[in-house]
Amino acid sequence: MSAADLSATGTTELATSPAARPLRHISTRFLRSELRLIFGRRRNQAGMGILAVVPVMIAITVKLSAPRPGRGPDFFASITSNGLFVALAALSIELGLFLPLAVAAIAGDSIAGEANIGTLRYLLTVPVHRTRLLAVKFAAITIFSLVATLWVSLVGAVAGLALFGGGQMTMLSGTQIGMGSAVLRVLLATIYLGLCFASLGAIGLFISTLTEQPIGATIAVVVINVLSFIMDSIPQLSWLHEWLPTHWWMSFGDFLRDPIAWGDVSRGLLTAAGYMLVFWLASWARFADKDVTG
Amino acid sequence: MAEGSQTGIQAVMSPVSGEHGDLAVATSGLTKKFHQQVAVNAIDLRVPRGAVYGFLGPNGSGKTTTIRMLLGLIRPTAGHHRLLGQAMPDRAGEVLPMVGSLVEGPAFHPYLSARANLVRLDSVDRHADPRTTKARVDGALDRVGLLAAADKKYRAYSLGMRQRLAIAGALLEPRELLVLDEPTNGLDPQGTREVRHLIGSLADDGATVLISSHLLSEVEQVCTHIGVMHVGTLLTQGPIAQVRAVGEARARVVTGRPQDAARVLGGLGLADVVIQPGVAMATVGTFAAEEIVVALVREGVPVTGFAVERPSLEDLFVSLTGEGFNVSG
Repeated sequence: MSAADLSATGTTELATSPAARPLRHISTRFLRSELRLIFGRRRNQAGMGILAVVPVMIAITVKLSAPRPGRGPDFFASITSNGLFVALAALSIELGLFLPLAVAAIAGDSIAGEANIGTLRYLLTVPVHRTRLLAVKFAAITIFSLVATLWVSLVGAVAGLALFGGGQMTMLSGTQIGMGSAVLRVLLATIYLGLCFASLGAIGLFISTLTEQPIGATIAVVVINVLSFIMDSIPQLSWLHEWLPTHWWMSFGDFLRDPIAWGDVSRGLLTAAGYMLVFWLASWARFADKDVTG
Repeated sequence: MAEGSQTGIQAVMSPVSGEHGDLAVATSGLTKKFHQQVAVNAIDLRVPRGAVYGFLGPNGSGKTTTIRMLLGLIRPTAGHHRLLGQAMPDRAGEVLPMVGSLVEGPAFHPYLSARANLVRLDSVDRHADPRTTKARVDGALDRVGLLAAADKKYRAYSLGMRQRLAIAGALLEPRELLVLDEPTNGLDPQGTREVRHLIGSLADDGATVLISSHLLSEVEQVCTHIGVMHVGTLLTQGPIAQVRAVGEARARVVTGRPQDAARVLGGLGLADVVIQPGVAMATVGTFAAEEIVVALVREGVPVTGFAVERPSLEDLFVSLTGEGFNVSG
């Protein structure tokens, strides 16, 4: 076949040019697909199950043995007066390891997981623009973080209300608020923590662009999380404390003061936003030009 | 020519692309170094539109690295390239929707079914119409013979089925160019025949196909063009007949008196005369082949068989690469 023959064949076939397919501008299809992957995966469903164990366990053990005064976090002492406190007690327990671990697993998997099984090269040749990929992956991490935290709160609230009932809620500052406001306060505290964990997820997204081993990325995020807690407890590093990613997490209790103490939670939200911005940009700087050989 | 105007061939053959307009793939000096090792060394690939281009070479000769560069997965160390007349990677967003690809083997989510995996690929494509996803996914699965196994988990798929699924992924949309890296890897002979048939039908639909392989025999029959890679260098490329013509034709005389036949061939001025039991051979060159038999008969040499043979592509590769075709480079 001569070159002339070839170009002639080429010309006749453009009537069905795929280029005619219009670009669909606004679509949440990719994000929804991403969320289906995350929440449809057995491993993650099992993880959600484990997250739910803690509030149930707290509710049952407190019911079986009334807590002695002076032990454990504040929320524990209040559980018998209002079941909603189970949600808060569960959050204060799980923010140490379980919830950050869950977010680290998802974030560590985000890019490295796709690179590990090779699906990354097929996403990029669809094509998915690399910036769009990072944006959607981070949106999915943030949504997972919020859902996982809300899940713990929900299970805690349901278990607590079932075993201890609801009613008026006594704030940490001593005043009482109605049940409706109490639910709103718990919801705000939960969303606040969810956003805090999402900032850890941004660090995870960045680490996930550095490796093709998702487990390695997850472990690295957990290590950073634990290191942050350790440094936060060393008085000699007090100058550093307010910049640590985990420093403001415990401030979620401020939503249970009357009125809400906005000072620390505002700093917490700013810190979370700062970590999100810096590490998302770092991911982009790292990934936009990277050779994908996996 | 205005950007985004894709109403016909003129748009693709814009003045900007110039002579590259009739080429589906055009690279110039494309080079990739990993640290100090040169994986691909300044290759000028030319794949005409409508061609089925066999991109051949032993394992490790740089085929996959080249394909990764073509698709924008890795950055060339030097050189540049165009796909369908448009500069890559700058125009990747416009070009790649028209390109279906299979790169270095299949890759899917193991815990999803074949169908769910293709839906996943489709849902990240900003050009895909969600209303036709189901029909297109089933169509692609049907085309590679996987429709009956569509709801099986990918984990449970055999290597051959995985390979087919990857090809189905490349066929989710109509494509102008298909870049298939070792598409017959892991397939049994029947599967290999089916893939060959599939490539033929894609070419009949007007698509350009770039197919890489380390097994010459698997692609030889479907290719219109070939390019041969060896240690990162493109040794030769062109229409298959033209590449084949590089090898010189040899006359082969079957006779009971090979010594006498050889003397006659030498007397005619033919070069590289070889004597084997019952056979004499020589390079024909510009000599009129039919005159050879006349001369043999005139000299009284009994001829029981005569043929003018061109070397097989396999022989050609051995002469080009200096080694057997299937040997790792």
